[in-house]
Amino acid sequence: MAVITYLEAIRSAMQEEMQRDDNVFVLGEDVGKGGVLNTTKGLRDKFGEDRVLDTPLAESAIVGVAIGAAMYGMKAIAEIQFADFIFPATNQIISEAAKIRYRSNNDWTCPIVIRAPYGATGASALYHSQCPESVFFGTPGIKIVAPSNPYDAKGLLKAAIRDPDPVLYFEHKKCYLALSADVPEHDYIVPIGKADVKRQGTDITVIAYGIAVHYALLAAEELAKEGISAHVLDLRTIQPLDNEAILEAASKTGKVLIVHEDNKTGGVGAEVSAIIAEELLFDLDAPIARLCGPDVPAVGNNPPMEKFFLLSTDKLKDAMRKLAMF
Amino acid sequence: MNEANGRIQEVTVPHLAESLVSATIGKWLKQPGDYIEQYDVLCELFTEKVNTEMPSPIEGKLVKILVGDGETAAVGEAICLIEVPADAAAEVAGSGLGGHGAASGESVAAVQGDQSMRGRYSPAVHKLAQDNNVDLSRVIGTGLGGRITRKDVEQFLASGGANAAAQAAPVQPASAAFQAQDTVQPSKLPVRSSGIHLSANPPTPLIEAEGHSLDTRNEHFIDVTPIRNAIATRMRQSVTEIPHAWTMIEVDVTNLVVLRNKVKDEFMRREGINLTYLAFMLKAVVNAIKDYPIINSVWAVDKIIVKRDINISLSVGTEDSVMTPVIKKADQKNIAGLAREIDELTKKTRAGKLSLNDMVGGTFTVNNTGSFGSILSYPIINYPQAAIVTFESIVKKPVVIQDMIAVRSMVNLCLSLDHRILDGVICGRFLQRVKENLESYNLDTKIY
Repeated sequence: MAVITYLEAIRSAMQEEMQRDDNVFVLGEDVGKGGVLNTTKGLRDKFGEDRVLDTPLAESAIVGVAIGAAMYGMKAIAEIQFADFIFPATNQIISEAAKIRYRSNNDWTCPIVIRAPYGATGASALYHSQCPESVFFGTPGIKIVAPSNPYDAKGLLKAAIRDPDPVLYFEHKKCYLALSADVPEHDYIVPIGKADVKRQGTDITVIAYGIAVHYALLAAEELAKEGISAHVLDLRTIQPLDNEAILEAASKTGKVLIVHEDNKTGGVGAEVSAIIAEELLFDLDAPIARLCGPDVPAVGNNPPMEKFFLLSTDKLKDAMRKLAMF
Repeated sequence: MNEANGRIQEVTVPHLAESLVSATIGKWLKQPGDYIEQYDVLCELFTEKVNTEMPSPIEGKLVKILVGDGETAAVGEAICLIEVPADAAAEVAGSGLGGHGAASGESVAAVQGDQSMRGRYSPAVHKLAQDNNVDLSRVIGTGLGGRITRKDVEQFLASGGANAAAQAAPVQPASAAFQAQDTVQPSKLPVRSSGIHLSANPPTPLIEAEGHSLDTRNEHFIDVTPIRNAIATRMRQSVTEIPHAWTMIEVDVTNLVVLRNKVKDEFMRREGINLTYLAFMLKAVVNAIKDYPIINSVWAVDKIIVKRDINISLSVGTEDSVMTPVIKKADQKNIAGLAREIDELTKKTRAGKLSLNDMVGGTFTVNNTGSFGSILSYPIINYPQAAIVTFESIVKKPVVIQDMIAVRSMVNLCLSLDHRILDGVICGRFLQRVKENLESYNLDTKIY
């Protein structure tokens, strides 16, 4: 065991998988020198520039090349420098990658991983802060994961690389260096499609993914002093959702708060809420609540706007307390 | 309402052609209350591509028209409701009444519930209480506004309250309110009552409405019907695209008048239809087209398409429109056959029963303008044909024949032509041939 950051967890997952399987390679903008966020740092020295490919500034080409390579039996890890720039690749992801298995009646699969650093770190404004997961959420044929801590980050990336189908891997930039944890050095994976209870509780249930899980755990810790017991479920995979775990966690307390940084309308929380509403009416003790980014294009580049837009432990605490009081 | 019983079925706009996404209802030919056999024509459908009749996909009684005359509906959208045979009518009425009663009950419950959260039970609390036979009036609520939470019930049960629950406690006003709410919940009505919406948005005065009422003193508006719109579009297309030229010829039809007067009564008796001048005119035109096939053509920019079949479009006026049904392969019909076709198509037109098939394929148009008294007209070509001819009123006139004045039955034929295809010489020859054909009718002419 070693204490490593979320960022290092991602890097070590790529490194181990590249050692394990010669078909695995990385491509993206500036990945050779380590990428602008340092996730691929040192990989070119270890594996050479044939397996750590610098690409033009063309996300459509990055994903398109990854798909083409997958058709030849390679396993590409395509890095989108910032998730905000994933949209030129949307057609490749939704029209091609997501549909190859279906279109070929199972003859072909598309084992690619698209790594998309997302979310706001503060002071980076419109094009380095967005959460575009809801754009892809609901597209059958792709899997979407969003780890909340170093252990899950490594285990989910390994699972994603080994998965025979396209996986969108949303890594929260604010987690990169903020979160460190003991991560096993031995080979392990975190299965895709399995949510994880991060904290047991009896008063309210918080369902979240990504950095919101971190805030929820901090808020739960503080609320425990007020006598409020929060149950925290980390979705980890947002497509396919772990319905069983969602229903179990929701029925535990009957009071559900769903939290994510992505916009509220049409977000993952809307679907989670619908799943609970469909299955659990007679276990609900309060209206299902959501705490999400407001429906504005993205966070503004000034502290008051950031405070207004972004999630924080305090905001979660208030929402959780309100639900507990209901 | 229709999910309340499966007997009422929606009839939707069919997918008529690949690119079509909507259709406009021309006219409903069936009305609510009518009993409809499968494939009976329900209404006319106008689209950008075809105008057609909508056969009923099912048998039953037409209950309600959802999309009225002249309104547009998307493909797949319901246009009417048909009640399939069985005693479904009673069920429909029943569900309507139930809905009304529940709505008024809902608003009562909402008013009383506002007073306190004490009587507001979540589904979880409700279920727990029922499963464990808990009298909720004895449970202490720790939630917002005194609301009983799920945890409150669990604690009540844990503290042994379940046994005591069996003995009834006095009913409190709050739980009376709850009971009212309980009875309405299964009906699944919209949560909000309409009053809130109305008071939240008081109506604002419409300045436009005042101006509108001033205008209406001098004028009023007529909605453009789909058929009016179609006529307008076609006419404008014709006059803007086709360079029209015009010519007229005068024909002596004295012999034709004599011929028709002699045979028309006999024809009426044998055939049951009128033998009109138009039938003779058509025959004369068709025979002239045979001699000058270029008249029967279409401009295609880099070529001229000459049509082999002679299909005569016939202008038929109704009260509010003009249609051009087509006599197919008119060159293969004799005068009697043409008379029969004319009779059939004009009757269908006036009854509004023309099918799409009756309307397509015309190659040349004849307009019987004489029927409304005209002696001279300037017709607009029936796009994309090459020419159109009118048959004006037959008028007795003094005419000079071999330096003597005679009273003859004269008629004018007016021809508009597409000057891209046709010129004066060819049209002159064509009209001369029509004239010769008309003037050569005599008592020996065979009708059959």
